[in-house]
Amino acid sequence: MAAAKKLLMDPFSDNNPITVQVLGICSALAVTVKVDTAIVMTLALTSVVTLSNVVISLLRNVIPSGIRMIVEMAVIASLVIIADQLLKAFLFDISKQLSVFVGLIITNCIVMGRAEAFALQNPPGPSMLDGLGNGVGYGIILIAVASIREFLGFGSWFGIQLLPENYMGNGLALLAPGAFIILGLLIWLQRTINKYVEES
Amino acid sequence: MELLSIAVKAIFVENILLAYFLGMCSFLACSKKVDTAIGLGFAVVFVLTITVPVNWLIRHFLLAPGALAWVPGMDLSGVDLSFLTFICFIATIASMVQLVEMILDKFFPKLYHALGIFLPLITVNCAILGASLFMVERNYGLAPATVFGFSSGLGWLLAIASMAAIRKKLRYSHLPNGLKGLGITMIMTGLMAMAFMCFSGIPMDPKAKAPADDVQTETAITETAN
Repeated sequence: MAAAKKLLMDPFSDNNPITVQVLGICSALAVTVKVDTAIVMTLALTSVVTLSNVVISLLRNVIPSGIRMIVEMAVIASLVIIADQLLKAFLFDISKQLSVFVGLIITNCIVMGRAEAFALQNPPGPSMLDGLGNGVGYGIILIAVASIREFLGFGSWFGIQLLPENYMGNGLALLAPGAFIILGLLIWLQRTINKYVEES
Repeated sequence: MELLSIAVKAIFVENILLAYFLGMCSFLACSKKVDTAIGLGFAVVFVLTITVPVNWLIRHFLLAPGALAWVPGMDLSGVDLSFLTFICFIATIASMVQLVEMILDKFFPKLYHALGIFLPLITVNCAILGASLFMVERNYGLAPATVFGFSSGLGWLLAIASMAAIRKKLRYSHLPNGLKGLGITMIMTGLMAMAFMCFSGIPMDPKAKAPADDVQTETAITETAN
């Protein structure tokens, strides 16, 4: 039980996919202009990484190691297609806003990285927890960045206006440089709390 | 002229890394040394220039709605295979990378050894798939798509080479513990992105004098632009 809890909770902070493992940065920056897109992206990625971990761990004994990358890629790509079609069917506006970044879940290093590093060696149960944990860990950072950017840029959170209407939005927070700098500062904060030091 | 403006836009104004965040993972992992950064950069240019036009052909003749109308003897003009886009593109990219690797090994062994491990790793670089998906989203023709692929790669090369040069200097600076490595690299990338945004003042279309902030908002928030 403790082991399962550790598998699930570890990626939330101590072994966070974005700030510690340095995986999946691209989408973390691109979809964080507003909180609602960040949440949808988190849901999409979490379901893809959980399911792909389960599928790949079920197949782990039959995949020949020489072509495992291609098999993993095929599994992930099929799952992403399903996620994309579902988003288009039920959340068309948000799927338009996410544009190419739903498709880019295929090359998101978190999915591939967890499949390679965890699902290939472990049974389906723990793999599912690992996928879920990493998806949520990714989501925590994503939503944190999005909250800061939306608050500074529009004066709102999740579409709810928090600052008076005449607040002049800070354009920098919405542009690319703002995303980089906010994520950099968040990483600093998170690593200071965790006392994690990267050797160079 | 149109091609030139696509090229300038893809290299400077809408740099695939600094404005769209694509290819961040390998950018962060491989920018510690200038040599490796440049090697990887050239591999990306190479693969992008090949995969974007190939994916354009696949999209245009197989996947787009009604694209199969050219097949003789059958009426396939109502077929829409566009839901297969992702899986076809990634398969093309993986096989093109493999093919490029084999051709280089046979005919240009020197270049092959110089690129080394980076060539296979490129398959999972999101800049490659991203450029193909942007090409679909923006409805480029074949020639603009090729130019777009090549210059996106060039923009990526420019970004990673300059970052590697900066990180070389960063090694000698005193940083707080938590900021070492990833943190400071992110912030430096942010400053670099800010510098690159200055290019958005270049008027791209001689006919319509677009105001600078038009380009800027488009660059920054693809989301709202759509």
